[in-house]
Amino acid sequence: MSLKIEKLNYIYNAGTVLESYAVKDVSFEIQKGESVGIIGRTGSGKSTLIQHFNGLLKATRGTVLFDGKNIAEKGYSLKNLRKKVGLVFQYPEYQLFEETVIKDVAFGPRNQGADEQQAMLKAQNALRMTGVSEELYNKSPFELSGGQKRRVAIAGVLAMEPEYLILDEPTAGLDPRGRDEILNMVAELRERIGIAVVLVSHSMEDVARYVDRLLVLHHGELVYDAPPREVFRHAEELEKIGLSAPQMVYAARALREAGYALPEDLINVDEVADELMKLL
Amino acid sequence: MIEVNKITYDYIVRDENDEIEDSVRAVNEVSLNIAQGEFICVLGHNGSGKSTLAKTLNAILLPTFGEVLVMGMNTRDETCTLEIRKNVGMVFQNPDNQIVSNVVEEDVAFGPENLGVPTEEIIARVAKACERAGIAEKRMMSPNQLSGGQKQRVAIAGVLAMHSKCIVLDEATAMLDPIGRKDVMRTLISLNKEDGITIVLITHYMEEAINADRVIVMDQARIVMEGTPKEVFSQPERIRRYGIDVPQVTELAEALMKRGVALPKGILTTEELISELKNRKA
Repeated sequence: MSLKIEKLNYIYNAGTVLESYAVKDVSFEIQKGESVGIIGRTGSGKSTLIQHFNGLLKATRGTVLFDGKNIAEKGYSLKNLRKKVGLVFQYPEYQLFEETVIKDVAFGPRNQGADEQQAMLKAQNALRMTGVSEELYNKSPFELSGGQKRRVAIAGVLAMEPEYLILDEPTAGLDPRGRDEILNMVAELRERIGIAVVLVSHSMEDVARYVDRLLVLHHGELVYDAPPREVFRHAEELEKIGLSAPQMVYAARALREAGYALPEDLINVDEVADELMKLL
Repeated sequence: MIEVNKITYDYIVRDENDEIEDSVRAVNEVSLNIAQGEFICVLGHNGSGKSTLAKTLNAILLPTFGEVLVMGMNTRDETCTLEIRKNVGMVFQNPDNQIVSNVVEEDVAFGPENLGVPTEEIIARVAKACERAGIAEKRMMSPNQLSGGQKQRVAIAGVLAMHSKCIVLDEATAMLDPIGRKDVMRTLISLNKEDGITIVLITHYMEEAINADRVIVMDQARIVMEGTPKEVFSQPERIRRYGIDVPQVTELAEALMKRGVALPKGILTTEELISELKNRKA
């Protein structure tokens, strides 16, 4: 089981003077159950890249293989692919539209041919997984808070029972509590049902905490593919391409310069605190 | 600069017969004085009333009860609306909702054009505003060719070009990448320190609040905490009860205290932390 991207290129305005690469020669493979972060400054090609994962965009050159099969082949069922690779867009709550929470979440499975009862069961299951309480099921999605709406929107994708969950900046605009809740929920899902998670994020702190592997994009090219701890050793290089390391990397560095001999690969608050305790 | 006198704002839902069906109190008896040149940061969880409060500051919303005075002008007085909006510019979270033109520099010029600024001056203002917002090289592009972060900087340039005395930013950095965010913060700090422009920043990034003169925390439509960043972030448990957080370095200091290290509360920067750790040894 894997999602494999081979030499992927996506070109805007190909063949004109305005030709520009949104994604350039990108290759990687994501196994089922992995948790992967994608970072890159705005305009680096993150959103364009992930829209290839379920065939929303068609590569100008290169291939996307799902379980070894080329999704651009004639006769390949994109409908099936979209069931297995669920994409949650930025600000997904703007896409809620049904009268009630439960109907909104049931829309996906119903659209995929599930009967009313099945669709409702899948919706309930998905809402449970995202921690939306039952008393909200029959409310209008528009009456909910920002964090709740976003959970409902994610449930709408989970109701299709995907094997890969791709989230494009799922915490943008959420308050810190909402952010933690969404990310903890996603981490828990992965543990419980083994779903692969791809997290596109602008928060270096969030990816440092939640993913095992980090892809870094710059001008459409993949410049790093390594565990966060390794990637964040390159703070200067990241700054040059519009990113940064998590704040704890800088704090640990300042502490080292002040004479505290901390290891060089610390990225989280608790790690820094634990290591610092050994030196005090 | 701005005086908020005990304002309340109710969102009212009416049925088809125009009868009141439901009402939600988004702001409840809030008073606030914002001095010229102040840098204020407003924190609070989603739905705490921050955005509603912000929208009353330049007459986008009129309070249900109470009054907002901008440089002495009441926001209820329609003859003052234009003057109020000229002086209090607003930047919203989603840049797609605030772009009006096909070319970046036309978009930036929209505000001053509406105010009747002479063409020569508009050209100069637009050039400077684009420069300060870091979009100078995008001036001739179409906004829809820009990324979200770049669009946001176009919106900020638009306010700068109006020469507003106060800029209200409603989670304007929420969609930006780390460097974009830093660039915007740097711009805001320099506008505040060098040009004396009043800044009201609504944000979910606690690190941005460190730069403020005053931090205001909202919860359930009311102001529940108010003080310098140090005063406010000295109370991490309370802050978290309101659904927000403390800056990362404050969290680190807190983690050390939990592990038995004696440190003062409200440490905001690494420099402070280091000097407190060294003091401790001495």
